[in-house]
Amino acid sequence: MPSLKDLRVRITSVQSTKKITSAMKMVAASKLRRAQDAAEAARPYAERMERMLGNLAGGAAGRAGAVPMLAGTGKDDVHLVVVMTANRGLCGGFNSNIIRASRVLIRELLEKGKTVKILCVGRKGHEALRREYKDNIVNAFSDFGRKVVVFSEANVVASMITELFVTGQFDVATMVYARFKSAMTQVVTRQQIIPFPVPASAAAGNADVVYDYEPSDQEILGELLPRNLAIQVFRAMLENAASEQGAKMTAMDSATRNAGEMINALTMKYNRSRQAMITKELIEIISGAEAL
Amino acid sequence: MADTLKLELVSPERLLLSEQVEMVLVPGTEGVFGVLPQHAPTLSTLKPGFVEVYEAGAVKERFFVTGGFAEVTPQTCTVLVDEAIPQATLTAAYAAERLARAKALLDQAGGEDERKKAAGAIAAAEFMAQISVG
Repeated sequence: MPSLKDLRVRITSVQSTKKITSAMKMVAASKLRRAQDAAEAARPYAERMERMLGNLAGGAAGRAGAVPMLAGTGKDDVHLVVVMTANRGLCGGFNSNIIRASRVLIRELLEKGKTVKILCVGRKGHEALRREYKDNIVNAFSDFGRKVVVFSEANVVASMITELFVTGQFDVATMVYARFKSAMTQVVTRQQIIPFPVPASAAAGNADVVYDYEPSDQEILGELLPRNLAIQVFRAMLENAASEQGAKMTAMDSATRNAGEMINALTMKYNRSRQAMITKELIEIISGAEAL
Repeated sequence: MADTLKLELVSPERLLLSEQVEMVLVPGTEGVFGVLPQHAPTLSTLKPGFVEVYEAGAVKERFFVTGGFAEVTPQTCTVLVDEAIPQATLTAAYAAERLARAKALLDQAGGEDERKKAAGAIAAAEFMAQISVG
């Protein structure tokens, strides 16, 4: 039986924990709003870019000598896995879900006898994967998206991917990140980014429209593809940031609720033992008086 | 025949403009071109310059763009830009600041790529300085 003082100390400590978690929840909620707005604002560009590329690629993919970023290198040996996580924890299962999905993907690829290279965006993913796949990690970014995700950061990641690809260090690249659905649900998604998968509808729907290209279609493709890569990375980072805040908000909400329940239970216990002590003291006094 | 076309001006951060317009002038790499409804389908890269929105024969809005892509179909004109600055924001002071920033970037540039990018930023900023005076 813990003493009254012990109980009191515990109640105060749980109370301050509750204060912290509820503050974190509030912070996450306001950050979520911002991240969500940013993710939504970036959507039109990515969608239009995808459509434009679809139009262009529909015509160009079949031709010989198509740009390798679109057609692939013709091989399927070396895979690059881009793992996107948060930099910080305390957001429920967010990071571990992404890491688990990445592990599954990596193991699948390894079993098929492929070479796997890993690019980590976000500190948590790097920390988790470097124990197991130390030699596979080619690079890690751990200080991105501190405040808000900005396009130039996505650009850095994208140009690194492009450079690796151009120098022939991998054949296929896949991103793993959490797509934001709502504050409660985030869907861990795998997305192939190189070679760029041409959406079937875009390729088919516009086959009959003949575009004029200025300067030439190959030149436009050459510019559009790296740009598109940056946009896709940017979008994934934004979705991830929104998902992180959503997950954090949910996690902190339930932590606050748990703390509340714990405080109730402890207070009950505290009151009971206080009552028991009073009763005991009374009995002692009464029986002492009777003995006289 | 439709007498307006749908113009969409989009930057990575947001959708800047989405409305029906009569004509729009786009700074293509191979030369500035005007887009009216029923324009032939075109895809073009852009160079730094103005996107001008026309209404009733006069310029209604102007945006400075640093580069990007334009997709034209008979009914729509989609302009994807790296960065768009409304003309009101584009003052001589703003251009000077951009130029200073771009030059600083060139000083720090390590690799060939970065140097090229910084040089591009300087060119854009110088262009801005030129046109902002007027």
